[in-house]
Amino acid sequence: MATGYPTDDGALEAPAPERLVWMYTQMYRIREFEERVKSTFTAHPGVIRGHTHLADGAEGSIVGSIAALAPGDQILTSYRCHGYPIALGTDTKAMMAEIYGRSTGLCGGLGGSMHLFDPARGFLGGSGIVAQHLPHAAGAAWAAQIRGAGQAVVCFFGDGASKQGAFHESLNIASLWKLPVVYVMENNHYQASTRSDQEDANAAAGEPLAVKATAYSMVGITVDGTDPVAVHATVAAALARARAGEGPTLVESLVYRLSAHGNLIAPPGVPLHYPEHEAVAIFGNQAEYEAALRGDPVPRFRHRLVTDGVLDALDADALEATVREEIDEAERFALESPLPAPDSGLAYVYA
Amino acid sequence: MVRTTYAATVAATLAAAMRADERVVVFGEDVALGGPYLTTKGLAEAFGTARVVNTPISEAAICGAAIGAAQSGLRPVVEIMFVDFIGLALDQLVNGAAKAHFMSGGQLRVPMVLRTQGGAGQRGGAQHSQSLESWLVHVPGLKVVMPSSAREVAALLPSAIADDSPVVVVESKTLYFRHEDLPDEGVAPEPLGTARVLRQGRDVTIVATSRMVHEALEAARQLAMRGIDAEVIDPRTLVPLDLATIAASVVRTGRLVVAHEAVCHGGVGAEIAAQVQAACFYDLDAPVVRVGAPFTPVPLSPMLEDAYLPGTAEILDAVDAALD
Repeated sequence: MATGYPTDDGALEAPAPERLVWMYTQMYRIREFEERVKSTFTAHPGVIRGHTHLADGAEGSIVGSIAALAPGDQILTSYRCHGYPIALGTDTKAMMAEIYGRSTGLCGGLGGSMHLFDPARGFLGGSGIVAQHLPHAAGAAWAAQIRGAGQAVVCFFGDGASKQGAFHESLNIASLWKLPVVYVMENNHYQASTRSDQEDANAAAGEPLAVKATAYSMVGITVDGTDPVAVHATVAAALARARAGEGPTLVESLVYRLSAHGNLIAPPGVPLHYPEHEAVAIFGNQAEYEAALRGDPVPRFRHRLVTDGVLDALDADALEATVREEIDEAERFALESPLPAPDSGLAYVYA
Repeated sequence: MVRTTYAATVAATLAAAMRADERVVVFGEDVALGGPYLTTKGLAEAFGTARVVNTPISEAAICGAAIGAAQSGLRPVVEIMFVDFIGLALDQLVNGAAKAHFMSGGQLRVPMVLRTQGGAGQRGGAQHSQSLESWLVHVPGLKVVMPSSAREVAALLPSAIADDSPVVVVESKTLYFRHEDLPDEGVAPEPLGTARVLRQGRDVTIVATSRMVHEALEAARQLAMRGIDAEVIDPRTLVPLDLATIAASVVRTGRLVVAHEAVCHGGVGAEIAAQVQAACFYDLDAPVVRVGAPFTPVPLSPMLEDAYLPGTAEILDAVDAALD
């Protein structure tokens, strides 16, 4: 489906009604796409092996951030990377085909779920190594600073990445050199199977993780990542500072990952699926998880737009139906696409 | 002829590349000050500290920022001061730089050069003296260059900078201040993946890298006095490896010695030996003999380090074994 250009030149004013509808549409597209990835494990066993990681619950953070970009900006992400290119306008057929390992995939089947790339739209890719891309973002921002055209970089990662040395090295350099970069930490409170307060000294002390910014003399802000409008305002302001030469910002965007860290890892032949969320499976905290489900940002944002008179309920139903058709088509295209020729795996080792 | 050094040629070649292409930027620890071996001397004065940038002691960020900058239109030449420090940057190099073009299905390119230097003999101890090129040679997506002289720096560094893939250039601290005469007209760039035959001979082929090229030439001189005619080949780039030139030589001589300063165990010599025996098995008159350091960390004490370092004597022993 047509998505329109995803950016609004970093406007700081509140999004116009059509922009809010655009945001909801992208959130719904991301959710439907990832639900389809998830259901593929049961509907088409064996089509996806290996690793997938879903961002359900983070759609508001993703879309609010992407909506603040301007043409020529770049983004980098962790392996939980399906949502960003969807909001940037990447073809969902090519994305699903990539996740299914097909020759028609976005990367010809060489990347997969964790390694989606669309540099033509400014997406420099998803990395499977936690925090590996944080210094890449500093380098891309340095190139933007040298170009001097007011472009900036947004780097997305999880709370777990803030425990890596690359986080420290990157934020230090970014602040030292006043690089035009915004580091958006989507804090979903779990690092695979452990809670943040078991892994993070700030979390254990009851502090927001945004306090880490203080160590780098940069602005640190915590925002409700389930609210795309709040995220948009925060990231747009951070981008404005970045473009003005005032340096980077650490945005801690509070989200709740509604699915488990990733699909089950199992020996060949054993069907894969998504296990229960760690809150339930490991910590037995059914109440926490159910509260998170009740706070699901996608239906919540729809309800808000309908209540505020921005979006008619029937129009919402219609746009959702259109999105489901898009995702049906993406799944069909991916299933019908051929697997790559065996020798195509030898391509692209060297440029 | 112009009298120069390896280190000065690195600086001069970088300066020429920066003059020719404004996308070329240099960053690393102390590079704007010239670095401990003066390999970036004068660059900051000539091109400014916006293009020649001192970084914090952050090897992962140095390498990682080069990746992001390279993917965004620059052609960074970054320095890891000692190859011993490359472990701190290895994830960036191996999982980032080497794989971006591949994983993106050819959409991304990482035209970066990572310069570093290795080698023992300077009493640097176990963490400032290693030869770790075999770590890098094992990674698809990286190119690995080991210039053995100022001439090879002048010939190969421009090609590394012009390459659209990530290239690691492993220089030699032992060779940095060796004097050398280069032609007045300069040295034209030569393609990566081409070996150079430095001495032609009939009786045995010696393939040597970096500092060991000079040890091999000295060994060949001494062998000539004994009536043994050795061919000396410098592969110059380990990836891509010019097997054709090496194999053509072995077909003629029937005997091969591979010499490097890195420890033998798991070293590049094993790869070259394996490739040569596969290509020339029926032309070989003797087993391939490897020369390298013993399987220990580099010791500090002069007595111990001198005993550790492979050189001309070890190459002569190896040739004797190959001719036996």
